[in-house]
Amino acid sequence: MIAMSEQLQNIEFVFAQDLDLNNFDQLQKEEPFSEKAISFLNTLAIHLKNDPRANNFPEILTFAFFCRKANLLHLAKTYYPEKNRRIGRGVVFHITPSNMPMNFAYSLVSGILSGNLNIVRLPSKQFKQIDIICDSIKSISKQLEFRSYTKRILIVRYDKEGAATAYFSARCDARMIWGGDQTVQQIKKNAIPDRSIDITFADKYSICIINADTYIHESYPERLAQLFFNDTFLFDQNACTSPHLIVWLGSNDNVLNSKKIFWNNLYDLTKKRYKLQPHAAIDKLVSFYEQVIHLNNMRLTAMPDNLIWRIELNELTKEIEKFRCNCGYFVEYTASSLLDLSVIISKKHQTIACYGVENKDWNEFNLRNNLNVIDRLKPIGKTSEFSLTWDGFNLIDELSMPL
Amino acid sequence: MNINDLLKIGPYSFKKTEKEKLFNTYLNELTIHHYTHCEPYRKIITSINFDEKKKYFISDIPFLPVQLFKTNKLISTSTLNTVKILSSSGTSGQKKTQVYLDKETSANQSKVLAKITSSFFGNTRSPMIIIDSQKIISNRNQISARAAGVIGFSLLGVKPTYILNEDLGLNIDLLKDLLIKHQEERIVIFGFTFMVYQYFYKALVKLNLKPNLSNAVLIHGGGWKKLEKESVLQEEFKNKLFEIAGIRNIFDYYGMAEQTGSIFMQCEFGNYHASIFSDIIIRRALDFSIADVGEEGIIQVLSLLPKSYPGHSLLTEDKGILLGEDSCSCNRLGKYFKITGRIENVELRGCSDSYE
Repeated sequence: MIAMSEQLQNIEFVFAQDLDLNNFDQLQKEEPFSEKAISFLNTLAIHLKNDPRANNFPEILTFAFFCRKANLLHLAKTYYPEKNRRIGRGVVFHITPSNMPMNFAYSLVSGILSGNLNIVRLPSKQFKQIDIICDSIKSISKQLEFRSYTKRILIVRYDKEGAATAYFSARCDARMIWGGDQTVQQIKKNAIPDRSIDITFADKYSICIINADTYIHESYPERLAQLFFNDTFLFDQNACTSPHLIVWLGSNDNVLNSKKIFWNNLYDLTKKRYKLQPHAAIDKLVSFYEQVIHLNNMRLTAMPDNLIWRIELNELTKEIEKFRCNCGYFVEYTASSLLDLSVIISKKHQTIACYGVENKDWNEFNLRNNLNVIDRLKPIGKTSEFSLTWDGFNLIDELSMPL
Repeated sequence: MNINDLLKIGPYSFKKTEKEKLFNTYLNELTIHHYTHCEPYRKIITSINFDEKKKYFISDIPFLPVQLFKTNKLISTSTLNTVKILSSSGTSGQKKTQVYLDKETSANQSKVLAKITSSFFGNTRSPMIIIDSQKIISNRNQISARAAGVIGFSLLGVKPTYILNEDLGLNIDLLKDLLIKHQEERIVIFGFTFMVYQYFYKALVKLNLKPNLSNAVLIHGGGWKKLEKESVLQEEFKNKLFEIAGIRNIFDYYGMAEQTGSIFMQCEFGNYHASIFSDIIIRRALDFSIADVGEEGIIQVLSLLPKSYPGHSLLTEDKGILLGEDSCSCNRLGKYFKITGRIENVELRGCSDSYE
């Protein structure tokens, strides 16, 4: 029988096959990208693709696409070159953010691919996407082929305040904490064993760079607005990858005209597709006034309503990170070159969404600033796309050890 | 501007045109006053292109979100002149609102509060019961909004009696004594809505007591948020107090720490009223434009009293509906409205969890 300590009360075991918590960590850890892991994820991909409910959620189809065998084999080449044999750390405890339905799935996949046993804490809020994915895992677990493999996955749900965090923390070899600075601090109050590691995803200040000299020749400028919308409004501009600062590069004329085109397109789209929460309107006003009180050299650009707020900076300072809002609050700066960004791009990891900026353009920047920003660059529209390198962590390497 | 001139006339005696004239003049004066004396305020309104030479119409006067009083020291007088700092109760972990008061502003608040309430209950200074403990008013320099309310209202009665013990238990003996002493008189009772419910009504229920307070008038305010959690709505609140103590005359008011004094009293028809000391504008969240009569929006409150801090025009976090102006069945002039709740801070999408 299952020994249930008091810490485990009020846990909903969303997926737990032959639940045996006491012996969970006795299961075998594996090499990264094991045949079984790839086969399981590929089966999951097929299962999700065939679930009619998934059609309503493009993000599930994107996830299924990620889990295809072909993609995983391709990733294995980059992340697990054959000569360096490794093995999973053991039990990975994943704490996923409360309001991102898909994050748990990608976190789990990184744990599976690195050869680990996984305990995933779901957001306490219910999401259809999560149900669909968990249902798929459940039905795959009934196939003879995967019966013993799926024992390696435990998916739970409990309140933020639940004591279970302490229980799972005390028994994990690695803990992945998503959800920003405050969550990280909260969760870290629960001790992990001395030899275990934490991989934490802190708050980030993400930026977007648009080269107006290129943009002005764009044949479908409305497409860029759409992609930018996906990076921002789709997550209430509250994902860690959502840009808050828009940096313009290029000649004065091109910047001026590009801004007009870009913001008009984005405004039209937002007007059609985004519902502004009344509180967000007040928050934007508060943020702007806070910014006005504490920073100089800025002004508000008039917009038709509160859907999009634009604040033009004449000077870029480090403090800008502190004055952010969400739901469509953007600070703009026109830079003479990428080097102007040295002030704000720090070791603190940011996603940099780019348009019309080549990787090679960053070379001088990297050299001068003793930084390498390349692994944070994303095309606009792709900032939230999952990658096994996240926030500068190579998740396969972090979650495994050399043999 | 001299508030004393306004204190000589009835608080609901100005028609739209007269009131607009008064407010256009005085609110511009106050805006310039704060612009001159409060640096953060100057920075704020400069950022939205305020022109000090221009005369603004009431609805074009800049408004500050009340949240700014939690994170900034907003003061329009020298710190030496402040006689007290009013702070909101603030739930755990949240920053408290701080309102800096000097003698003049503080005195005006008391006078206006007396003026507004006495227009409802007459000038005869009645015996008064305060549903709170005397303890909360012990430190007069740094006081909570609840204490400020209590002090303000306590000035309206003769020898106010605090009916709760220090532990907020109901002092039954004191209540009984008062009832005997003032049998034939009208008693004015004041308390914060939640205090009235939690420590007066519930205590009476528990003790199975039904005091006869049919002659009493109950004034209460401070919002319904806490009671909504217990699912007690206004009508029910009134019914319950009538059942347990026979109180028929119950008046709620809408007010806030940032605009103490110029409260919005609820009339006998259940509508909240702006007096000649205050005004209200309902704004649309989408663009802060002015909502139509009957349309729900964010409540902006205006007051002629705040001089030691820039609080004469504020955007609240409350939702309301303007019902009309100069046309309430109670015959009071001015705008009247209803309050429909708080603007909820909905959980956003995105990966940064919020801990509030």
